[in-house]
Amino acid sequence: MDFDLIVRVYPFFIDAAGVTILLSALTALLGLACGALGAAARLSRFALARFVGATYVSVFRGTPALIQLFILYFGGPQIGIELDAFEAGVIGLGINAGAYMTETIRGAIISIDKGQKEAARTLGLSRWQAMYKIILPQAARLMVRPLGVNLNMLIKATALVAAISVVELTYTAQRYIGSTYKPFEMFLLAGILYMIIIYATGRAVAWLDRRVQIT
Amino acid sequence: MGLDFTVIPKHIDIILLGCLWTIAITAAAALLSFFGGIFFAVIALYAPAVIRLPFRLFEWVFMGTPLLLQLFLIYFGLVQIGVDLPAFVAGVIGLGLHFAVYNSELIQTAILSVDKGQMEAARTVGLSRGQALRKVVVPQAVRAVIPPIGNNMIALLKDSALVSVIGVSELTLSAQRAIGATYRPFEFYILAAAFYYAINLGMEWVQRKIERRIALSR
Repeated sequence: MDFDLIVRVYPFFIDAAGVTILLSALTALLGLACGALGAAARLSRFALARFVGATYVSVFRGTPALIQLFILYFGGPQIGIELDAFEAGVIGLGINAGAYMTETIRGAIISIDKGQKEAARTLGLSRWQAMYKIILPQAARLMVRPLGVNLNMLIKATALVAAISVVELTYTAQRYIGSTYKPFEMFLLAGILYMIIIYATGRAVAWLDRRVQIT
Repeated sequence: MGLDFTVIPKHIDIILLGCLWTIAITAAAALLSFFGGIFFAVIALYAPAVIRLPFRLFEWVFMGTPLLLQLFLIYFGLVQIGVDLPAFVAGVIGLGLHFAVYNSELIQTAILSVDKGQMEAARTVGLSRGQALRKVVVPQAVRAVIPPIGNNMIALLKDSALVSVIGVSELTLSAQRAIGATYRPFEFYILAAAFYYAINLGMEWVQRKIERRIALSR
C-alpha cells in the first residue's frame, strides 16, 4: 500500500467527489420530476397517457443506462441535441432514474386504500382535490424509504458518466489507475468517498422517513 | 448530419456477434452470482465470526461502491498482482461477484424465513447441520427467492454493458466498433438498445415461465 501516493492525490479525489455529489443531486431532482410525471401518466384516466407512461418505464428500465447516455451524448448532435458531457450525464441519468421512480411513486399511490378516495369523492371533493388533499399526503409517507433505495442506486449509477469523460470520482480513479498502476490504492480512495456519500444519504433518508411517520 | 439507418445492414454481423457475447457473459455471470449468492448467504449466516465479520465488510464495500469502479479494480488489480486474466473472465468475475452479493441478501432473508421446524426435523432424522442446510433448508429458501433473483439477473444483463469499458467485445463495444467505421452513433446505439430490449423481454418471458412452474409445484 503506497500511502505517500494516497496523500498526494487525495485532493483531486475530494474535488471529484464534489462533482459526484452535484451530479447525484441534480439527477435526483430531475428523476423525481420525471417520476412524478410518469406516475401521473401511468395512473391517468386517459388510455394514451397510460400507454406513454408504461412505454417510458418499459423502455428506460429495459435498456442499459450506459447505452441511453451514449445515445444522448454521442447520437444527440445528429438530431440537433448538443450537450456537454455533464449536461448529458444529468439529463440521461435523470430520465433513467425517473423510470424507476415512476414505479416507486405509483406503487405508493396505489397502495392507499380505495375507500379513502371513495370517501373523499362522496364528501364532494373533485378527483384532483381527492388526490392532492387525501391520497398524496398518505402516499408520500410510504414513498420515502423506497425512493431512498432509488437514490442509493442513482448515486452508484453516476459512475457511468465516467464513460463520457465527466471528471467525477470513477473517472478520476480510472485516470490515476492508468497513470500510477496502483488500482488498490485508487479503489480505496474512491470507494471510501462513495461509501461516505451513500452512508450519509442513507442516514438522511432514514431521518426523513422517521420524521414523516405518524405514530 | 441527419439519420441514415441504411448503414446498418453492412455491419449487422458484428452487432449480432456482440449480442452472442452479451448473452454469454450474462449467462456466465448469472450462474456465478446464483451459486456465489447461496455460498455468501450461508457464510453470512452460519460461518464463525472470524470469517463472518470480514465477509460483512466485503459485502458492505460491494454494495456501497459502483460496479464500474469494481470492474476497474478487478481488471487492473488482478494484472497488478500478476494474474493476467482475459477481459471476458474479469468481466464475469466482476459482474458475478457484484450480483452474488445482492442475491446473497435475498437468500439470507429467505433462509431465515424457512420454518425452524425444518432444520429441527432434519437434525432429528440424523442429518448433520451441513446436510440439513444443503438438502433441506437451502433448497426451500432458494425456491422462494427465484422471482426476485430473476429481477437481479435482468439488472445484470443491463449492467453487462459496463464490461465494454474493460474491452470485452459484447454488444456495446461492438456498436462502438461499428460507429468507429461509420461515424453513425445514433443509429448503432439505438440498434444496440433495441437488441438489449429484445434480450430483456426474452428474459422476462423465461422468468414468467419459471415462476409459473414454481407456483404449480407448490
